Amino acid sequence: MPRPGFVLDVDRSTPPMLFWHGERFSLERLPADRSRVIYPAEPLPGLADPDAAIRQALLQPLDMEPLPSLLHAGMRLTICFDDASLSLPKMRRPDSRQRIIEAVLDMAAEAGVDDVHIIAALGLHRRMHDYELRHVLGDRIFDAFHPSGALYQHDAEDHANLVVLGETDHGEVLEINRRVAESDLVVYANVNQVAMDGGWKSLVTGVASYRCLSHHHNPESLQNTRSLMDRHHSALHHSIWRMGAVLRDSGPKVFQIESTINNDAFPSPFDFLSKREWEWTGRDRATFLATSKALDRTPRRLARRIFHSIEAPYAMTSVQAGFTETVHERTLEHVHAQHIVPVEGQTDILTMGIPFISPYNPESIMNPVLVMCMGLGYLFNMYRGRPLVREGGVVIMTHPTTKEFHPVHHPSYIDFFDEVLADTTDPAEMSQRWERKYAEDEWYRHLYRTGNAYHGVHPFYAWYWGAHGQQWAGRVIIVGGDPATVRRLGFTPASTMDDAFELASEVVGRSPTITHLHVPSVLVADVH
Amino acid sequence: MKRAELSSRLQRLIGPFERLTRLGLRPLGRRGFPYLPPPVPNGVIVPEAPDELGAEYDTDWARRPLAREARRLIARGPLRLGTVLATRPTIDGLDRLRDLAALDPAPPLIFAPNHHSHLDTLLMTSVIPRPWRDDLAVAAAADYFFNRRWKATVSALALNAIPIDREVTNRRSSDRFRELVDNGSSLLIYPEGGRSPDGWGQGFKGGAAYLAARTGADVVPVYIDGTGAIFGKGASRLRPGRTRVIFGRPMRPEEGENTRRFSDRIEQAVNRLALEANSDYWTAARTAASGASAHLHGPSASPWRRAWALTEFRSRGVAGRSERGRAWPDLGRRGN
Repeated sequence: MPRPGFVLDVDRSTPPMLFWHGERFSLERLPADRSRVIYPAEPLPGLADPDAAIRQALLQPLDMEPLPSLLHAGMRLTICFDDASLSLPKMRRPDSRQRIIEAVLDMAAEAGVDDVHIIAALGLHRRMHDYELRHVLGDRIFDAFHPSGALYQHDAEDHANLVVLGETDHGEVLEINRRVAESDLVVYANVNQVAMDGGWKSLVTGVASYRCLSHHHNPESLQNTRSLMDRHHSALHHSIWRMGAVLRDSGPKVFQIESTINNDAFPSPFDFLSKREWEWTGRDRATFLATSKALDRTPRRLARRIFHSIEAPYAMTSVQAGFTETVHERTLEHVHAQHIVPVEGQTDILTMGIPFISPYNPESIMNPVLVMCMGLGYLFNMYRGRPLVREGGVVIMTHPTTKEFHPVHHPSYIDFFDEVLADTTDPAEMSQRWERKYAEDEWYRHLYRTGNAYHGVHPFYAWYWGAHGQQWAGRVIIVGGDPATVRRLGFTPASTMDDAFELASEVVGRSPTITHLHVPSVLVADVH
Repeated sequence: MKRAELSSRLQRLIGPFERLTRLGLRPLGRRGFPYLPPPVPNGVIVPEAPDELGAEYDTDWARRPLAREARRLIARGPLRLGTVLATRPTIDGLDRLRDLAALDPAPPLIFAPNHHSHLDTLLMTSVIPRPWRDDLAVAAAADYFFNRRWKATVSALALNAIPIDREVTNRRSSDRFRELVDNGSSLLIYPEGGRSPDGWGQGFKGGAAYLAARTGADVVPVYIDGTGAIFGKGASRLRPGRTRVIFGRPMRPEEGENTRRFSDRIEQAVNRLALEANSDYWTAARTAASGASAHLHGPSASPWRRAWALTEFRSRGVAGRSERGRAWPDLGRRGN
C-alpha cells in the first residue's frame, strides 16, 4: 500500500534535504524547529491491464455513446493527442497515447472508417521531432500515417486552415484547426500528469490560433489564476471552459479520453530522487554520491543529454472516456488521489529545487526564462486553497540559471531575454509594449511553422505563467545562479542557502518559517 | 629359391591382416548374427520394445543444470551469432509485451509464429525478449526431429525441443507442456504444424490454442517474414538476407470460447501481423476488419499463380533475400 504524502517538521535529527540544481543535486540543511518539508505520495499502483482498461473505457464511456457506435464508414475522424510537453520525463514505451490511439484505430478499422487524420495538438509549442512522434505514438502508428501525411502537427499560423467557431459572451473568439472543426468526430488522447491538463484545455489550447490563445494566456488571467492546479479558481480555466461551451455547441462532436499516471518518475539508478532522505539505503547513498560527484565533473551539455534520455517508468492509474466535462471531473479525482497533500497554514519562505526539465524544454535547455516559469509558474502553483508562501513572503529556488538558450527550439527566448527583460520584468508592461511585435515577427513565425521552434510569443506566455507567483512573492532568490542572469530576471542571486536565508531575513525577519517543496515527484499542497 | 622362401614368409605375416581386412570389407548384411539382430524363430512372439524415439522421447535430461548451461553457451554464442548474421532481423511489437515483462516473475507465454524455415526456431530463440528467452521450450515435430537418436539429442540439447505430434496434441504431450509452464517455462509452437511448402502460409492446427487452454498461458501471435527466402523448405544452401519479426498482443481464450475458435483468432492475429509487415498498421487493421485476412494462405489457384502472387506480396515488405548490389543502368562505353 503506497504511503500518502506528508509534512515533516524539521528538527535537529533531520538529515539534509535533497534539492535539484538543474542537472545537478545538492543537500541542504534546513533550520530546525521552524522548517517543514512536504513530501509527495508514493506511486499508486498502475492498472493491471491498461489495454483492457482503455477498451472498456471506450466501450462504456461517460455521458456518451460507446465509441464503436460513433464510428461509421465515410466519416471524417480526427484524433488529436498531447505533444512532447507531457509527460515529464518522457514515459517509457509504450506511451499511454500510443495505447489509446491504437485502441481507437482498431475500432475505426472495424467500422470501416477511411478518412483518419492524427494531429499533434501542440498549440504554440515547438513541432515535435520525428523521433519524438515515434516515441509518443509508437512505430506502428508513425509508419502507417506519417508517410502519407495523415499524421501531422497543428499549425497555429496556417490561417487558411483555421476557422472561427464562435464567440463567448466575454467576447473571446474560438478559432481552431479547420480539420478538427469540420470532422464528424474528434477523439482526444490525453496524458493527465497534473490537474491543470485535460478537459476543454486540450482542444481549446492544443489546436487553437494565437488570437484564440491570447484571450486567456495573458497577464490579467494568469494573475487571477489561483491556482493552475485548481480549475475552479483559475481565470485561465474559466476562459477556456467558456470557449469549451462554444466548441460543444457549435463545433464537432468530441470524444475525450483522459488517462492518469502515477508518481513513478525515475527508473532504478535514480530512484533515490523519489525517496525520503532518511530511508536511503547504503546503495542509495553510494549512488547519490557517485552520481552527484560525477555530475559535478561532467560538462553540462553531456549531463543534460544523460538526464533527457531518462525514460520514466510511469504506470497508468486510470483511463476514462466520453463527454469532456464528465471525463475531466473523474480524471481530477484520480489525479488528486496521487498528488494532494494536506498542509496546515502558509509559510514565510518557500524553498524549491528547480530540476533539469520543464514542460517547455523536453530534449532541450532549461533557459533562464524557463527557470522563472518552472519556479513561479509551475512549482509555486502546486497548491489548492492558498499559496504555500504567505503574500509578501520569499521564494528561494536552486538552479545554475546560466544565460544559455537552445537556438533551434527557443530562438525568440534569446531576444526576449536581451531585449524585453532588459526593458521590463512586469508582465502587463511587456504585454503592452512588446508582445505583438514578437507574435507577428515573420522570422519567428517561419521557424515555428517549418522548424522546431516555439512560437515567437511563447517566452511571453512562459513569463506570464509565473505572473501570479511574481506578484505574490516579496522577493525571489536563486541560489547558485549566475548573478547577472538572475538579476536580469528581476530576482536576487545568492551563492549558498545560508546566504539566501540571510537575504530573505530583510523581508521576513530573523526567524521565518520555512517550507520546502520536495520535488521532482509531483504534489499539490492543499493549504488550509 | 631364396625369393620363394621370402615370399612365403611375407605371406604368413600378412595373412591375418588380410583376413581381417576382408572380413571388415565384407558387407554387413552377409555377416549375420551377432553383427545383425538375431532372426526370430517361427512361432515365437517377441514382446514389442518400448519406442523411445518420436513423441515418446524423454527430454527431461535436457533440462538438468549441466545441459541447461551447455545450451546457454550454445544458444548465446555461436548459434545466435550465426543466426543474426544470416538473418539480420528487424524486430517490432516488443512494446506489446512490456506490461508482462515488467511483472515479477514474468508469466510464461506461448509464442505462436508462422513457419517457413528451420531458421525460424533459431531466430525466435534469438529475438524473444529476455524474461522468456532463457527458459523457452520448443515444440518440435516428433516425426522429424525425434526420429533418430542423434537428431533427438541435438534438438533437445541445443533448442530445449520437446517432441509433439503434428496432427494431434496428445494428453501426454500436453501434460508435459503443462508441467513446463507450471515450472515457469514458455513455449514456442508452430500452429501450422510444419514448414510452408511454397512460401504461403498454411491453416493453423489447434495445438497452440489447446495448450493455452490446458496451461492457462497467454498466446503471443508472431509473424516471421523472410526466413523462407533465406532457407526455405527444400533449399540446398543458405542465402543470407534480411528478416522481420513482429510480435502481436498476447491473447487468451474468451469466456466460453472453444479451442477451434481460439485457434482461428490466433491465425487471424498472425494474418494481421503479416499484413502489417507488408503494408502498415492502419492498412492491416482495415483489411483485417473487412474480413479479407486470408492473405497469409495466398490465392486458391495453380502453383505458378500462387508463386506469382507471392512475389507481388513480398515486394511490399522489406524482408527476404538481400539484394545483389545495385543495378545501375548501362550507359554504354565511355567515349562511344
